[in-house]
Parts: sequence; structure tokens; C-alpha cells
Amino acid sequence: MNGKTAFDQPLTGFESPVHDAQRVFHGVMEAMSHPGKIVVLSDLPEAPEPLNRASAAICLSLVDFETPLWADAAVAASSQAMNHLKFHCGCPVTSAPKEARTALVSDASMLTSFDRFNIGSDERPDLSTTVIIQVARLSNEGGVQLSGPGIKTVNGLSVEGIGASFWDALKANAQLFPRGVDLILTSDDAIACLPRTTQVEV
Amino acid sequence: MSHAQTLEGYNFAYLDEQTKRMIRWAILKAIAVPGYQVPFGSREMPLPYGWGTGGIQVTASIIGQDDTLKVIDQGADDTTNAVSIRHFFARTTGVKTTERTESATLIQTRHRIPERPLQEGQVLVYQVPIPEPLRWLEPRETETRKMHALAEYGVMHVKLYEDIARFGRIATSYAYPVMVNGRYLMSPSPIPKFDNPKMDNMPALQLFGAGREKRIYAIPPYTKVESLDFDDHPFEVQKWDDCCALCGAQDSYLDEVIIDDAGGRMFVCSDTDYCEDRRAQGHYGPLGQAAE
Repeated sequence: MNGKTAFDQPLTGFESPVHDAQRVFHGVMEAMSHPGKIVVLSDLPEAPEPLNRASAAICLSLVDFETPLWADAAVAASSQAMNHLKFHCGCPVTSAPKEARTALVSDASMLTSFDRFNIGSDERPDLSTTVIIQVARLSNEGGVQLSGPGIKTVNGLSVEGIGASFWDALKANAQLFPRGVDLILTSDDAIACLPRTTQVEV
Repeated sequence: MSHAQTLEGYNFAYLDEQTKRMIRWAILKAIAVPGYQVPFGSREMPLPYGWGTGGIQVTASIIGQDDTLKVIDQGADDTTNAVSIRHFFARTTGVKTTERTESATLIQTRHRIPERPLQEGQVLVYQVPIPEPLRWLEPRETETRKMHALAEYGVMHVKLYEDIARFGRIATSYAYPVMVNGRYLMSPSPIPKFDNPKMDNMPALQLFGAGREKRIYAIPPYTKVESLDFDDHPFEVQKWDDCCALCGAQDSYLDEVIIDDAGGRMFVCSDTDYCEDRRAQGHYGPLGQAAE
């Protein structure tokens, strides 16, 4: 085959780019300011495999030509997913995670540390990578105990589909403060954020 | 306000989408590093620096069609800056506006925190003139950036100590420096120090925008915010001998108002919504009753 097949083509983006982008951002801001709180983003457009709807919508809402994107092997291998992101976001795609402002991880079980990403510097901690991680399921029943800014007392968060060393990696990330990555966990249309300030008790 | 009354030819909330995305990233990173000032590409706005361009850009980047906006200037909904900013957003977004603190989802403020405690889910956006608390002590940005990186804040304690040595007390009464989450020294913007305790563990999200200085910073909900002090000179807020002349409140921040040319004066709540609410509930101060 030469040229692109229908399977390569980007899917439809936001129905109303201005208001849908605001709505998705507002959900991310709410989740980031209440770490561990599960926020459901409603009315999201379909996403190309292997992206879930929340991950794709967050990219459509926030990623653009100023924020280089890194995607893990499974996403990068999907020409439709990459075409979708490039078409709607117009973002540069980088193969170096340290250069990425946003990273997409579709298989969280492979994550053993966040060392490969940019953690920012003491003088510019804001330049660190924001890592969007797709997980199988998010729930506030049981799981690990979260505390820190944005959490009244403690917040329980249980995450399915992550590797055994995920929480250790997150603890190591929190140790770097004010440097460190910030995580957005996504599952279908639900998200939960783990900024670098969040302390984890397994 | 109906859609028909919004301006034609402008994007929703005035700013273009790329600018909003850039500011939205700055806000997310500011929430992730509480109290740290995130540089951002501040845009030229249709009003001059010093009129709240930072706060307006933050509000424009987060506001949605379902929001209800309140804008206050020194606590009042009816002063020039508040009226013009509220009108700006009414025209560029068509969202509902309100003067009632409890009805607002989004509150933009210049130099006050409402008296009524804010709730989870509300967002408070501060207009900030000078975001850097160390600026008058160290003019070089390269140096203050290093001082924040190293949490090297001794110079601020020296400044407060010099106040005590000279005046016998800490003389700073507004923009009183705070420590956020035990790590970053932060300027609360020129709110009276009376309002500092409200920032501590506030259920609402607090965002700060400085347009001219091109900085955005944040305090997430339920975050520890401490006003700097000394063991033998603990932090204190202003107190008044008078109550509010209109509503009789003894727990609110009072403005002094000159009422004639013979030295007559009255003290009234700076938070107009709080004062009106109390009067509606039947509370009256010494002048409020006479006026009715």
C-alpha cells in the first residue's frame, strides 16, 4: 500500500474547541489541586488506539507547538494516534523524554522510575515533564494513602494496571521537591493527578 | 447576561487559545509547586498594567460558560476596577456575574479576601503588582531566583527584625510575607495582613497573576500558609476600637471614611457584600440605623 489508509487518519477532535478545551482543562486543574480526587471528564471525543479518551482530550486541550510531546513505544507505533495528536495539537514530537513537556505512557506496568523525564531545576522547577499515564482503573476505595497540599486529611487512591515499583518511584519523585514530574493518571474518561507535592503511604 | 449582549469578533474571554494554553500550563505547574512563581508570556491587554492584567489573564484562561464571576476591588464590588473588569468579562464571555461571595464559582480580587469563608470548588484569583517578596531587598532577578532555589530567606527575617528594632513591632501591614507549605516565601499580594490567616488551609484554590512582572503562582486548597514572625513577636492582625458604622460588624476589615469637613469619620466594612448581607439580616451599626 502506498499513501495513508483510513486507519491512519486522525479522528474528529473537540466539537467546540474553545469550550471543550476549557472544560477539560478545568477538570485537570481540579484534579491537580485535589491530588487523588477522581474527576470524570464528560462528553469526550473518541480517541485513537491505544489512547484512552481522557489522555487524548487532555492533549487536545493543552498540548501545542510550544510543548514537545514524548510518547511511549505503543503510542508511537500507532500511526493513527500520532497523526491524531500532530493534526489536532500541532506539537513537535520528541524521542528524548528529557526534552518533553508532556509525556504519554500507555502502558503503566512498564514504569519503574521517572528518571528518564525532565525533572526541572531548582531554579526552574516548572519546566519539568507532565506525564500522562494510562491505567486500567482508578478508585478511591482502599489503595495507598495520599497526603499533602490539596488534601484535607488523607485521600485513598487505588490504581490498577501499574507496576510493582510505581509507588516507590513516586516517593523518590516527591523527595526531589521542588524538582520532579507531575502525573496525570487516566482511565477511560476519568483522571486523577499526583503532583510532586503529594506524599504516599503504601 | 444573554449571548446577544456579548461582543462579536472576539474569542471567548478575549484571549486567543494558544495564550490560554500557555497560561493553563503555568497554572498547573504553579499548583504543583505551591508558592513558586512561574514565568509566563504575559499579553498586552485592553487596559494598562497595574489595572489587574495578570488577574484578568488568569481569569480569562480558566473561566467557562457555566461559571459565575464576582470581581472585587479592595473588598468592594462597586468600585471602578471591579466594575470595569466585571463588565469586560460579561461582554467577552456572557457568563453570569454576581456580587454575592457564596454564589460565585470564580472570584477575581484586588487586595482583599472576602470575609465570608470560601468553599471547596471556588477559585480566588488575585491581581498582583509585585510578585517577588524579596524584590525590595534584592533587586536582581538572577539573585532572587537563586534565593528561592536554595530557600535562602534569612534576609526577609532581617528585614522584619529591623522593623522591630526601629518601631518595636513588625510594621508591615499589607503584602505581609508568608511561607507556603513550609518551602516557598511568597507575597500574598497587597492584601492587608488581616487577611493572611484566611489563606491558611483555605478550601478554595488560590491563583495569583502578575501581568507586568509576568508571573503566575498558586496555593492549592488545604495548604499550610504561615505568616513570618518571631517567637517573641508573634504575627498579629489589625484590630479596631470601632465596629462597622453600617452593619455593626466587629470581625471584619474596616475602612476609614471621612464624612464631612469637620473631622467627622466613620468606619465601614471594606467587604461590601458582607456588610449588605449583615444589614439584610437585621444587623445595624451606629450610623446604619440612623440612616434607615
